[in-house]
Amino acid sequence: MRRGGRREAAARASRAVSMPPAELIDEILADRPVDIPISTETRTLLIACGALAREILAIIEMNGLSGLKLECLPATLHNHPEKIPEAVRTKIRDARARGIEHIHVVYADCGTGGHLDTVCAEEGVERIPGPHCYAFFDGLDRFAGQAEEEMGAFYITDFFARQFDTLLWKGMGLDRHPDLRDMYFAHYDRVVHLAQTDDPALDAKARDAADRLGLRYVRRATGYGELTDFIVAAST
Amino acid sequence: MSDEEDDIVLSELSDDELVQQMHDDLYDGLKDEILEGVNILLERGWEPYKVLTEALVEGMRIVGIDFRDGILFVPEVLLAANAMKAGMGILKPLLAATGAPKQGKMVIGTVKGDIHDIGKNLVSMMMEGAGFDVVDLGINNPVENYIEAIEKEDADILGMSALLTTTMPYMKVVIDEMKAKGIRDNYVVLVGGAPLNEEFGKAIGADAYCRDAAVAVETAKEYMAQRTHNQRAG
Repeated sequence: MRRGGRREAAARASRAVSMPPAELIDEILADRPVDIPISTETRTLLIACGALAREILAIIEMNGLSGLKLECLPATLHNHPEKIPEAVRTKIRDARARGIEHIHVVYADCGTGGHLDTVCAEEGVERIPGPHCYAFFDGLDRFAGQAEEEMGAFYITDFFARQFDTLLWKGMGLDRHPDLRDMYFAHYDRVVHLAQTDDPALDAKARDAADRLGLRYVRRATGYGELTDFIVAAST
Repeated sequence: MSDEEDDIVLSELSDDELVQQMHDDLYDGLKDEILEGVNILLERGWEPYKVLTEALVEGMRIVGIDFRDGILFVPEVLLAANAMKAGMGILKPLLAATGAPKQGKMVIGTVKGDIHDIGKNLVSMMMEGAGFDVVDLGINNPVENYIEAIEKEDADILGMSALLTTTMPYMKVVIDEMKAKGIRDNYVVLVGGAPLNEEFGKAIGADAYCRDAAVAVETAKEYMAQRTHNQRAG
């Protein structure tokens, strides 16, 4: 029986899945666009990386924020940052077509070379400042201040610790070609786990990730850092 | 890979078929097969430069196109690069001995505070493949390393790479130091790295921003052609 072939598979991958906050699945956040309804009334839309979904929802809940809707793009775009700006633009225009005026982009520059900022300026939306999500979790000033001391650091967040296999081990081909490890990581000396939550099981996963990469493990509790300020400001 | 493909015996292929097969093998990142193919072509009397350009560089050009178009991704490109590097290992001493045409000399390195070198290594290899002498300074280079190397090596081109927004401004430090020493215009300065763009390249006073290794090679060739033209005109 025909199942639509490559074209149907591509269309399926680009269709957003709707998931309520309590039913989020990391594997789907990594791989598919996910719409997360939060309030019945939507005043503001947050367009975010799937890697930030749980953290954004936690901030919304902790601060009792309302009127927000969260739409995530697949976290695997992290491995193809050149695709992020246009994917975000498509989301913005789609939201505007649905009558949503207030939109905030919860992506750092994320290796787009400033192109995401160009898109945000052209579309008239604001994005959270910072070069990468780990910078705003850590605090931009603190992160920049440690750059020299942590030159050999490979940063992971809670999401990346949970999804290490999908995003890094398989995503960067290390499952098929372990010899690529040295080409990617020869000059790194540590994995720095910027921990958003206090979760010993997750710490163990992050430590295991460091072991598999042959790097020293360092844990630094950051909480949600400057992401909290941005989400709270977006809701008002 | 199917049994039929496993049964391919490289030495039984015609020259044209072998070169085509080497393009496929490079695409698939098969280092041993590339080594074998290079040796067969050399045994058949091919000039090392012809092996390099027709089998390896052309194969990597195809890899580069499919990387740009999103068909191949970083792991596949790195495996292809590894295979090409192995082939280059055989050809390099032979190219030096046979006086293959030289395009120019490039000093390249990742800037101070930055340890990332995947893109830089690809550029180095593709530049060598295109006939440039490349002096690779590695990672985490302060300004003195660049200045010393371009002067000592009598380079034509300086290439700088950075992957971090925090380290890419250091490229301007290097260019400003070249200006202060009055040597900026003696060199073509090419910059690259994920967080950079054309505007940044212009703003810091580089000659060009190169978004990938293939663009770096083409840009370097264009500048060298201009230099040759200007020298003749002068």
